[in-house]
Amino acid sequence: MAIEIEQPSVGLSKVAVSETHGEDSPYFAGWKAYDEDPYDESSNPSGVIQMGLAENQVSFDLLEEYLEQHSEASSWGKGSPGFRENALFQDYHGLESFRQAMAGFMEQIRGGRAKFDPDRVVLTAGATAANELLTFILANPGDALLVPTPYYPGFDRDLRWRTGAKIVPIHCDISNNFQITTQALEAAYEGAVAMNINVRGVLITNPSNPLGATIQRSVLEEILDFSTRKNIHLVSDEIYSGSTFSSSEFISIAEILEARGYKDSERVHIVYSLSKDLGLPGFRVGTIYSYNDKVVTTARRMSSFTLISSQTQHLLASMLSNKKFTEKYIKENRERLRKRYEMIIQGLRNAGIECLKGNAGLFCWMNLSPLLETPTREGEVALWKSILHEVKLNISPGSSCHCSEPGWFRVCFANMSEETLEVALKRIHNFMEQRKTARR
Amino acid sequence: MVFKLNNLLLSRIASGNGHGEDSPYFEGWKAYDSNPHHLTENPNGVIQMGLAENQLCFDLIQDWLKNNPKASICTPEGVNEFREVALFQDYHGLPEFRNAVAKFMEKVRGNKVTFDPDRIVMNGGATGAHETIAFCLADPGEAFLVPTPYYPGFDRDLRWRTGVKLIPVDSESSNNFKVTREALENAYEMAKLDNIKVKGLLITNPSNPLGTMLDRETLRSIVSFINEKNIHLVCDEIYAATVFSQPDFISIAEILQEDIECNLDLVHIVYSLSKDMGFPGLRVGIIYSYNDAVVSCARKMSSFGLVSSQTQHMIASMLSDDEFVGKFIRKSKRRLAARHRVFTYGLAQVSIKCLTTSNAGLFLWMDLSGLLEEKTFEAEMALWRVIIHEVKLNVSPGCSFHCPEPGWFRVCFANMDDQTMQVALSRIRTFVNKDVDTKKPKKTLRWQGSLKLNSPRIYDDFINSPHSPIPQSPLVRART
Repeated sequence: MAIEIEQPSVGLSKVAVSETHGEDSPYFAGWKAYDEDPYDESSNPSGVIQMGLAENQVSFDLLEEYLEQHSEASSWGKGSPGFRENALFQDYHGLESFRQAMAGFMEQIRGGRAKFDPDRVVLTAGATAANELLTFILANPGDALLVPTPYYPGFDRDLRWRTGAKIVPIHCDISNNFQITTQALEAAYEGAVAMNINVRGVLITNPSNPLGATIQRSVLEEILDFSTRKNIHLVSDEIYSGSTFSSSEFISIAEILEARGYKDSERVHIVYSLSKDLGLPGFRVGTIYSYNDKVVTTARRMSSFTLISSQTQHLLASMLSNKKFTEKYIKENRERLRKRYEMIIQGLRNAGIECLKGNAGLFCWMNLSPLLETPTREGEVALWKSILHEVKLNISPGSSCHCSEPGWFRVCFANMSEETLEVALKRIHNFMEQRKTARR
Repeated sequence: MVFKLNNLLLSRIASGNGHGEDSPYFEGWKAYDSNPHHLTENPNGVIQMGLAENQLCFDLIQDWLKNNPKASICTPEGVNEFREVALFQDYHGLPEFRNAVAKFMEKVRGNKVTFDPDRIVMNGGATGAHETIAFCLADPGEAFLVPTPYYPGFDRDLRWRTGVKLIPVDSESSNNFKVTREALENAYEMAKLDNIKVKGLLITNPSNPLGTMLDRETLRSIVSFINEKNIHLVCDEIYAATVFSQPDFISIAEILQEDIECNLDLVHIVYSLSKDMGFPGLRVGIIYSYNDAVVSCARKMSSFGLVSSQTQHMIASMLSDDEFVGKFIRKSKRRLAARHRVFTYGLAQVSIKCLTTSNAGLFLWMDLSGLLEEKTFEAEMALWRVIIHEVKLNVSPGCSFHCPEPGWFRVCFANMDDQTMQVALSRIRTFVNKDVDTKKPKKTLRWQGSLKLNSPRIYDDFINSPHSPIPQSPLVRART
């Protein structure tokens, strides 16, 4: 047995010891509470209900039905000779059939209002990898991306940790329903310049996480104009594009570009993934769609570090090229999400809680600011803790999303059964009733 | 859609050539891609011998899949697990996957060592694993020592986005390219003189491209070296199950179990199923670290390259089938040994020697220095172009592996069927005999085509650096 030597430990890298992985944020602390005491309808009915995880579980039956009817096409179960070729396939261009299927799927989600060229589709293991990879390509260490607040907490890690890039927030507030304004864009840009920080691009999420709302056409035009004025990149993370409750309400940056005849489009890059729309986060399917040839080539090379399993590409190529299936799925999925959304909004309203008007995503943006002891971040965290430990709901505090106004919370509704959602709503109702009684 | 080129800046990383695709290692692939050999449809095409793939045992895999439909979440038998698997994105990985991989790694090492499944971290192939380990262990500007010759991909994997440097540790054919303590010390000292901080040593065992294993003495010496310098040791054991003849493979894990002084926090193993199982497309890379902080950090970083849960599920099922695994490992070794025998014999018949100490890997390290006009890398490249364009074989020139001596070539033998192998051997025979018969000066054989060498600077730096006088390799018999 090796005799262990006690030595002052040889250092790990600065990246390794930094906290930029972000796991100490309350966003993840709530998950731990859930992991230790998870709700279960029968075996643990008083456990913590997970409402902090933006998963889409409402449409699995449709996927399972597809697989049952098409098992030959998607499996190797019958010893299909295709396995060998597939297991050997490590070309970073990805399976052509899969890229075509992805491009087609993205077109269908946008109602055919934008065209996607399969040769511009770059594959990565999840949107997590796609966002990091794009940052490596667009920014040097110390450079910044402008990101509207509130934003997905994972960006702090994905955009900054290993890349050394910075995030400069574009502040948005309730006065105009958290919409991005040219004023806010300019202010963020100027702020960065004043700190001697080089701004390389704007990164928007459309539909927005955590707001659960699509970005309006006029705002998209403004953002694109702003990026052009400053000659910087524009990354549009459209991971929730298929989760808009009504197809016509989502406008992709691709549509704006098409309307402009693709003038000046080399600065635009779209990130997509199947983790939310199809509910397949475990399969690690992300893509970068760039209108910039050099970015496509470089991203493709970098994707060597994060390729999608060829087995998974094969399965999804088969599934997504079945247009009849995808059309039915997209329509049905939107409808089910819309119904869930209405259920939770109504339930919250009955409890006296208002949310931001949303039209997309797997969550709602809930306003609990009237309940705060003090209108501060501390007040919000205190309220969050009591909801976690007394009401036994894990929801995400706005501060973990860098929201500049305290009291907002993201509440996920698509990662559970309807029954569980009823239980959660009941608990919230009781909580609000208790507070009312306590105040009298 | 045609897009006007704009003056939009990309990062330094994106604008440089750290992607490494200008190396001859990849040039040869391009020649193959534009004219690939096919037994019936393109019998005069280029035979791919530059790709280290293991294609010898797919029949076993396919049989297993046919008999185990539950391993797939797409079959009627397995679809009931679809939802749970599809949702699983925990970066710890499916516990059954980690358990199965740990067991497999133990079996491959003859059950002489044990691996803790909780120290297994997934990554996007060994490519992703290497980059992640570099991110964990070194800051930009710091360096890893790497014995030459080494896998060309390391130049990209360890350096491109990390900013880490690689410092070659020289070797010599006169002692079969062994890794010597003296060479390690020299490389370390040179780095110091250049003010470069060395953070670790990266060894590949069994070696790519040599196909040899490190012996116990060398491994122990390496362990003592890294402890003395207090630097990390990364052992890439990706070819562990390809050791096809005696002596048995000795993993660093085995050394650590012996009576030896070692700070365990310094040791990390990189592994993958791409070579041993022949599954490069599935992107199953593994970091196994004895250092808790590295396990924790690498695990967080694995978010950028998790293994598809669908694949984890299938692999977990396959690798926990003890009987299958045992049979697979045995048969794979036997088939690799047979290929190796046929090839080395075929080459020996035309007086071409390969590294005799090689007993592992999916390739041969072939000595063609006797065919060089002069003992230079330019001559090696000239010979390589002839082999690609006249003999129509894509082999990999030693310089792309940073080999310190010209004339060596890596030839892969496990990525083709028996017939193609015979075609390759007969082409080599024809070429060598023609070369011997015609007493014409080799200049006439030099191919002045458009295969340009677009070498990255580091490669140029390397081949232009002063070399010790190259001894006449005892492995090349005189051709008369």
